[in-house]
Amino acid sequence: MELTDSGLYCRRADAWIDPHRPVRRALITHAHADHAKAGCEEYWATTNSAGILRQRLGQNINLQTLAYGEQHRIGAATLSFHSAGHVLGSAQIRVEVDGEVWVVTGDYKRSADPSCSAFEPVSCDVLITEATFALPIYRWLDGAAIAHDICNWWKSDTTRPSLLFCYAFGKAQRILAELAAIGLDDEVLLHGAVETVTRHYRSAKVAMLPSRPVSEVAKNESLAGRLVLAPPSAHRSSWMRRFQSPQTGFASGWMAVRGARRRRGYERGFVLSDHADWQGLIQTVKESKAKKVFVTHGQNDVLVRYLKEVEGIDATPLSELS
Amino acid sequence: METFGELIDCLDGTSSSLRKVELLKHYLVAVDPKDGCWALALLLGERRRRMLTGRRLREILQESVAFPEWLFNECHSHVGDSAETICLLWPQLKDQCLQRPELKDPQLRELLAAVANKPALHWWMETLLPSLARSSPTQQQEAMLSIWATVPEEHHWLLNKLITGGFRIGVARGLVVKAIAAAFSLRNTDVLERLMGEVEPSAEWFDQLTAPAKQTRRDRGAVPYPFFLASPVQLERMVCTPAEDWWVEWKWDGIRGQLIHRKEGVFLWSRGEELVNVSFPELVTMAKALPVNTVLDGEVICWERDQCRPLPFSNLQRRIGRKHVGAKIRQECPVQFIAYDLLEQEGKDLRAHPLVQRLTALNALNSVADIEESWRLQRSAGHRLESWDHLAQLRTIAGEGGAEGLMLKQLSSPYLAGRQRGHWWKYKLDPMRLDAVLIYAQAGSGRRANLFTDYTFALWDCRATDNNKPKLVTFAKAYSGLGDAEILTLDRWIRSHTRERFGPTRVVEPELVFELGFEGIQPSKRHKCGLAVRFPRILRWRHDRTAQSADCLESAEQLLNSPRGERR
Ligand SMILES: [Zn+2]
Ligand SMILES: [Zn+2]
Repeated sequence: MELTDSGLYCRRADAWIDPHRPVRRALITHAHADHAKAGCEEYWATTNSAGILRQRLGQNINLQTLAYGEQHRIGAATLSFHSAGHVLGSAQIRVEVDGEVWVVTGDYKRSADPSCSAFEPVSCDVLITEATFALPIYRWLDGAAIAHDICNWWKSDTTRPSLLFCYAFGKAQRILAELAAIGLDDEVLLHGAVETVTRHYRSAKVAMLPSRPVSEVAKNESLAGRLVLAPPSAHRSSWMRRFQSPQTGFASGWMAVRGARRRRGYERGFVLSDHADWQGLIQTVKESKAKKVFVTHGQNDVLVRYLKEVEGIDATPLSELS
Repeated sequence: METFGELIDCLDGTSSSLRKVELLKHYLVAVDPKDGCWALALLLGERRRRMLTGRRLREILQESVAFPEWLFNECHSHVGDSAETICLLWPQLKDQCLQRPELKDPQLRELLAAVANKPALHWWMETLLPSLARSSPTQQQEAMLSIWATVPEEHHWLLNKLITGGFRIGVARGLVVKAIAAAFSLRNTDVLERLMGEVEPSAEWFDQLTAPAKQTRRDRGAVPYPFFLASPVQLERMVCTPAEDWWVEWKWDGIRGQLIHRKEGVFLWSRGEELVNVSFPELVTMAKALPVNTVLDGEVICWERDQCRPLPFSNLQRRIGRKHVGAKIRQECPVQFIAYDLLEQEGKDLRAHPLVQRLTALNALNSVADIEESWRLQRSAGHRLESWDHLAQLRTIAGEGGAEGLMLKQLSSPYLAGRQRGHWWKYKLDPMRLDAVLIYAQAGSGRRANLFTDYTFALWDCRATDNNKPKLVTFAKAYSGLGDAEILTLDRWIRSHTRERFGPTRVVEPELVFELGFEGIQPSKRHKCGLAVRFPRILRWRHDRTAQSADCLESAEQLLNSPRGERR
């Protein structure tokens, strides 16, 4: 594999992994915008991610899908997708060429998530891992504990709506699923951007709280005591005028640090992440038994140094891959 | 501590002032005065005494575990605060800390045993934390590990903050005052007045603060009146009023003070509500000649008598914080009190009277008092404003006399408490300006944690040349002046243009130019560039300038010779 202007490239398969520009053949770990770009001639992704991928990149894209674990030969390489536990349909990409195995994790998490399949450890010779939250201050509690916090916050004030901001794809549906898993059954209102993604989760039969788009709520219907999920871009936008003096919260791994919440201007922060925390990253690197580790995304310098100096693992920032 | 911790979490979880006051009120009504006094002292920011430094607290945790120091530092610079870094790392590291030896010191062991019984806030503040501060480093380490292991993790942030003395929460003083007033059926002004004295975290103090309002307040003893503060001028609001309704006087850059002479003695209070008698003994002596039960509002300022102008602010700083002001400083930093207002005469509270009457009384007072060094008491030179055009002229000459601007007071204005718009305005001079190059950045703390918001700027030194190339010399630090969007853009730029790191400080490529504004400039031996400025801040980001076109040290030195510069 090598690093090109368009991103990570596997010459033997003539394919790019999560390219950031249009290319001939793209292998997509998951449908988040920073991983799946429009305009490629050919896409390869997991069966579970097809719906959202088409919705985001266009219904007419040339998309080949594989189930988790299904092997497929492209050129001289054997390709397979393995669950990454990040969002619905997210995958690590395993590429085997002449007996050497590379795994590109994409985004992943190790905590359980009722809205998508669990992370599958894959052993390999070379691992390319993300490092979004690669600092030991990041340590996630299980989703149920956070769901109880959200529930308490929401139910403790019935006089006004509770606006919970979260990423529209993945986090929002996880919240709906986590809340259902602790036994709630109230209807939740959704911002349009959340609604369109949630449909795909419903067709995938993910158990979630019932929901309705805010746009379908009658003008005279009171919103007091309702939980509303919306993407961060809606915070302080004109969309918020609909809700009179709501309480606001944000669900994200970044909320672990007080300053980060203050700066974004949310009243409450819920520490809920779809990325691996510090322990999760190290556990994954160790379980992979990789002889060589490349690190990308976020705090890569910290993770690289830690792996080298403390764990004695050969690690390098991905940018130095020649 | 648990109840206080929950209050803090609730306060922190809402941005509505109304709710904050409500939450505080409920807490205050129910609280034991022994704890309430500490809660208020902490919320008012009065008791930020540091038991251990943040660094020491970090060391304690770091030395107890196998965890590289650099990783600790990375976390710290990411979070921007020791207390919070530790509370985020503890869950990760606690398993490594559990096999620790029993505490040897029996007294400390007994104290720590009590931690498990959820002791009250005052026990932490009065008993445990002070004895922790007095303990040996080893004892501190063993004690902290035991405390962290016992106290529920959701309270670690507060606990660590109380230890490092950095406790600060987004509740404005005004809201605390409102909450106290609402909880105990007092007027805000009653509370403000009672808060003027020393905040003493004791049940007695809490009871006095919250006692029912008395009908008459005669004997105030040492207690000053709340200061009335001016707001930045809004000329468009004023020019529609007749100019002759306004009193105009110089605004001095000293320490706003209240000088009290009562039968209990003389008390000089600074606006920060600190008693500053020891720093200015000459003023205390002077005030003894004033009639008993006189209260003056004015400015404490170091004054050069021959030149008839103020000395730089740093002269005041030499006096502040000293236990004893010796003959040398007394001579080099001569001090006087410029009286602006008379708040009390012969025990009578004049604050509700119109300014014009108070000024007349103040005028008369000067001639009554037989003061030994009479120059130490000046009456502020002011007069009725003739016309709005005249104001502009006055402002241009204000700097020549060494004033930092003008004060405009409505002649009918009462002396109110706090910052109340409409009656008093301050009209500062335009700042001095220079274009400087950004060279270092550091993450801010609190709200600005993990954003680079503390900047250091440099000017070119064209004389000290390295191979004929001018050198950048550190000139000033500035923390404020940019908008949120600019801060974010600059933060990203800093991250991608870092040359080197020293702990939390980043050395950046010297490329960006900012216009800095400041209020005064003076020679300084402590600063590398030989100059010190007052109130430096960023006026704007000069996207139109390259680093090469930033100002030279010489331009800064020229400002020393300007009317507001201080070359001596
Ligand atoms: Zn993602
Ligand atoms: Zn990503």
